[in-house]
Amino acid sequence: MKVILRNPRREIVIDGRRRVHALLAELDLTREGHLVIRNGTLVPGDAELDRDDVIEIRPVISGGA
Amino acid sequence: MKCRTCREPAIIDLPRHNANFCAEHFLQLCRRQVAKAIHDHEMFTASDRILVAVSGGKDSLAVWDLLVDLGYRADGLYIALGIGEYSDESRGYAERFAAERGLVLNVVSLREEYGYDVPTAAKATGRVPCSACGMSKRHLFDKAALDGGYDVVVTGHNLDDEAAVLFGNALRWDVEYLARQLPVLPARHGFPRKVKPLIRLTEREMAAWCVVRGIDYIIEECPMAVGNRHLGYKEALNALEEKSPGTKASYYLGFLDRMAPLLAELAATGADSVRPCARCGAATGVADEHAVDGEIVCAFCRLVERSAAHAPVSVDLVRKKSRAERRATMEVEAR
Repeated sequence: MKVILRNPRREIVIDGRRRVHALLAELDLTREGHLVIRNGTLVPGDAELDRDDVIEIRPVISGGA
Repeated sequence: MKCRTCREPAIIDLPRHNANFCAEHFLQLCRRQVAKAIHDHEMFTASDRILVAVSGGKDSLAVWDLLVDLGYRADGLYIALGIGEYSDESRGYAERFAAERGLVLNVVSLREEYGYDVPTAAKATGRVPCSACGMSKRHLFDKAALDGGYDVVVTGHNLDDEAAVLFGNALRWDVEYLARQLPVLPARHGFPRKVKPLIRLTEREMAAWCVVRGIDYIIEECPMAVGNRHLGYKEALNALEEKSPGTKASYYLGFLDRMAPLLAELAATGADSVRPCARCGAATGVADEHAVDGEIVCAFCRLVERSAAHAPVSVDLVRKKSRAERRATMEVEAR
């Protein structure tokens, strides 16, 4: 699957299927700090992502206060 | 995963609620949390004129959207900070959001109206960029609210923001800041009322609100904020949250419930010690020992004088590279 990462924007390819929480763990990303979006729709932690999916992992932490 | 409310497929899991929600019931949860914050802290009423501090990021656009959705009258104010392409893009998101919904967005440009921008102010004053930025925004939001006859200024500070600030203040035991870290700062002596309706919602929930509602916002992090202490506090709190969901809410909302009342007397001190700035007339708490040629001059006017006299400074001269950027560079170099 193609995975789009942000800050800075870049793309990586992951072989095989994954559940969302497993993909985040593999990329060393926290669930609390990210949303996972498939084709413009949010997906929860147990959703299974297919080989052909395009996934955006969007960070949600911003630095201003 | 099924929605806790309707058993339809969920789109988001919220471990702190030990629940999952579909889009409709997630939005309902967010509306209820904002309505509760407004009600419990008596932030404003339906007849108040509201000015929303808008950055083009998820939190400010989400809070503006939520207030309008809940039936409040709210205009926006965007401050063009002059942080290179980041500011140009964020302004575009704010303007498109307002235009698509027929909302009023006022714009103030630091460079055009005051002769400086944030990178230049950071260099000219020796402040960290976030400090120069925050001071500029506070002054200009106060001014716009008072000049425009607004009853209240709304900011998009969320639960993560407040928990991180609380964490930093507690690490330093800065009791004066702790005493003032409240969701409502009452109007006083030349300052408008300021409120934070998102204190019961996390950053992740606000980003999700924007995705579900189809709100485009600037996703990229402000280049000036990279590596700041506040981000480090958020990462630390999120590490705790992963292991123990609900930690951030119990920490900050517990502070409001049980600790802030003990600091109320301290929060009230200093409220009467403000005077008008000799240059702009705004209320300021500047002490006599910081007078300029015998005059009381507010911190904003002093910042403007130093920054506007300085040659413009580019973003790249004052920014740090993020860990993710360094990692991305390493990934590219390794290929």
